Amino acid sequence: MNAPAYNFAYLDEQTKRMIRRAILKAIAIPGYQVPFASREMPMPYGWGTGGVQVTAAILGPQDVLKVIDQGSDDTTNAISIRKFFAKTAGVGTTTATDQATVIQTRHRIPEAALHENQVLVYQVPIPEPLRFLEPRETETRRMHALAEYGLMHVKLYEDIARFGHIATAYAYPVKVNARYVMDPSPTPKFDNPKMDNCPALQLFGAGREKRIYAIPPYTQVVSLDFEDHPFEPYRFNAPCALCGAENSYLDEIVTDDRGSRMFVCSDTDYCEGRQAAGHHGALSAAPYKDKAQGDANG
Amino acid sequence: MTTIAELPPGFADKVLSAQSTFRSVMDAMARPGSVQRIVPMAGTAGSMMRGTAAIALTLFDHDTPLWLDARMSESSDVLKWLKFHTGAPVVQDTSIASFALISHGDALPPLERFALGTNEYPDRSTTVIIQVDSLDSGRSFELRGPGIDGVATLQASIKPSDLFVCLRRNETLFPRGIDLVLVADDAVVAIPRTTRIVNKGG
Repeated sequence: MNAPAYNFAYLDEQTKRMIRRAILKAIAIPGYQVPFASREMPMPYGWGTGGVQVTAAILGPQDVLKVIDQGSDDTTNAISIRKFFAKTAGVGTTTATDQATVIQTRHRIPEAALHENQVLVYQVPIPEPLRFLEPRETETRRMHALAEYGLMHVKLYEDIARFGHIATAYAYPVKVNARYVMDPSPTPKFDNPKMDNCPALQLFGAGREKRIYAIPPYTQVVSLDFEDHPFEPYRFNAPCALCGAENSYLDEIVTDDRGSRMFVCSDTDYCEGRQAAGHHGALSAAPYKDKAQGDANG
Repeated sequence: MTTIAELPPGFADKVLSAQSTFRSVMDAMARPGSVQRIVPMAGTAGSMMRGTAAIALTLFDHDTPLWLDARMSESSDVLKWLKFHTGAPVVQDTSIASFALISHGDALPPLERFALGTNEYPDRSTTVIIQVDSLDSGRSFELRGPGIDGVATLQASIKPSDLFVCLRRNETLFPRGIDLVLVADDAVVAIPRTTRIVNKGG
């Protein structure tokens, strides 16, 4: 009766072996999407089944797991995945980026610099960067084989022709180790420079599309661009309303139905760390709020 | 005749030992040239080192055709141990093997005979596991490539002595290629196909 009905970290050993072999090939061929026999997980597609399978295959009892969704540790997706592994693997969990050994992420890279003893696991919805340009898998596979990426440059060029700048704001295509064009998952392009020469290992899992790919540590990752239209990360031109950070990626939060809005750090751990260190922004809670808005409130 | 009870054992704790071994191999593959240690112990058979045995238990199963060098394939102890603990089919044809086990580098066939993958599916290649004399003393090699912050130095005593010269073919083959895993007792070093090696001598 007391025996758990599932294996350590949920997946059975045969599945873990299959995923582990795919991870090793993914690391050996940076940016190449390795097919794997993705399993059904006890959560729907789109909730990070790919990332969860990669995490389950690498996680050990000594690991400390952090899970973020759009930078936040406190959203439904992040909490449920964190609890899933706390329950099935009994691992320690944390929200502090620097204390985690495995960080599973949906759509953000933490603001704090990653270090060598960390693995960043991305949840990927559509791993094929060429998919919206060429729907046939046989063709995109051949394009990767031949390193024929002209179509992607045409797409970026069409952005420029239509909008005057490259209008792709997230899932901005990158070239890994000067060979494979890769979808960095729907991270904002603000995060692209963090992938380049990163000390941590980066693993990508796409559950529905059954692909695993990787960027080894210290690997060149270049965002595609043109000489006269160089890649530029985008950020709202405002400080964080809670911690005053001028260099973090911001979420725009609508605060009423009359057009008021506030900008706050998308990385909650980074923002809370700064507030704990004494930084504050225009909309911080008291006593900072009194200082910043004393007259208006009085 | 060997009964199952007489076979050297596998991992004491299958799940956590395989996880720990995998992390060592993953770290080795992600940081080429770095020497990782394999902690969990398992029984070994014949000329198989304990690191090799642990990797076999971690990565081999019925989905992974396995090629063995003459010394391993002639040892019924090794064959029985692998068959019982992993179930991996042993094949004669190097070009369809997922993994190759080389008990000693002298027995290494030309690397071109292994599966190199295709340009469409470069992952369908053989991972060659070679047992070597030492991964902490011997000649010095300079390694560059993904996973390495600048230059990594590997000191190793490796047979065949021209192994890394043969590996230069990886440069022109990429994304096809051969990924190597070198084992010396409980130490493991991986040389994925992206790594470029310069012999420093000494």
